[in-house]
Amino acid sequence: MAQVVVVTSGKGGVGKTTSSAAFATGLAQRGKKTVVIDFDVGLRNLDLIMGVERRVVFDIVNVISGEARLNQALIRDKRVETLSILPASQTRDKDALTKEGVQGIIEELSKDFDYILCDSPAGIEKGALLALYFADQAIVVTNPEVSSVRDSDRILGVLQSRSKRAEEKREPVKEHLLVTRFDPVRVERGEMLKLEDIREILSIPLLGVIPESESVLKASNTGTPVIMDGESTAGQAYADAVSRFLGEEKPHRFIEAEKKGIFKRLFGGRAA
Amino acid sequence: MSWLDFFRGQRKPDSSASAAKERLQIVLAHERIGRNREDFLPKLQQELVAVVARYVAIDPGKVNVNLDRGGDMSTLAIEIELPAPAAMRMAAGAR
Repeated sequence: MAQVVVVTSGKGGVGKTTSSAAFATGLAQRGKKTVVIDFDVGLRNLDLIMGVERRVVFDIVNVISGEARLNQALIRDKRVETLSILPASQTRDKDALTKEGVQGIIEELSKDFDYILCDSPAGIEKGALLALYFADQAIVVTNPEVSSVRDSDRILGVLQSRSKRAEEKREPVKEHLLVTRFDPVRVERGEMLKLEDIREILSIPLLGVIPESESVLKASNTGTPVIMDGESTAGQAYADAVSRFLGEEKPHRFIEAEKKGIFKRLFGGRAA
Repeated sequence: MSWLDFFRGQRKPDSSASAAKERLQIVLAHERIGRNREDFLPKLQQELVAVVARYVAIDPGKVNVNLDRGGDMSTLAIEIELPAPAAMRMAAGAR
């Protein structure tokens, strides 16, 4: 039986798609058969971040409406053999997604995959609700910023009341906190919420902290999931988070400000 | 920040992050309670206006409901503008 994992946040622009792409790639690199589904119908972007935008023929809505078979819509990644992508539709609206349709897709994918990652759209409308409905686990992506933390709290409430597990009164969805765009220097200056503060407020287990990093934009420019950039701090932080997700113990890195010498302070030097 | 701080590599702590934490704690404490309950304020306002209107001729547009959510205590302030005695007499005379 596959594990269904939703990547969600409530707020937009916090790094759901970046994290979905990185996580799916990371799990596949560890040999797990992984598929990542874009639930953002009408505003698909996972294809671009994964670098497969030119290979999209059919999408999730085509499969639900019976215009294409699931196998025809799945795009197999050329870099990591065990990774597949199911793109969202760019032309239809969100009403094209139905609970029964999504259930059928997840059941069929469950036979062939170990992990089904659902990249949720922002908001708490239909697309977001369907993305989290079948989840066994949730990765809640949060920026160290008030509106993002508030929306994460809201989405946690939705997970606890409106997911299939909640409705059937089964064991609740396992929640993981992933803090992204974290800047230890600004935390030290008192300009950014501390990691402990976010953990205290949301009170769910911390899966990882992804530092603010220029490599994330570079990765999206080229359509390479940032986890494949092993040189970058963000890529390494995602790799650590994937290890923790699979049960390994890993200390959190990149959460303390690097002590800069006078040379670096005078001449700058930015995070890789 | 004095120019010396540049060489010491220290800056005065800015309190905006602690303000963020405090504001979040207060707003979320209230939102978590209200999560499974509908917003009662519009209905409260309607019913209050109906009760007051039974005794005094009031303009329903001149009713203000203000809520201030605090950490330890919240206040609900309802302000109903009563018409001047002259206007009330005129309204009574017109009937």
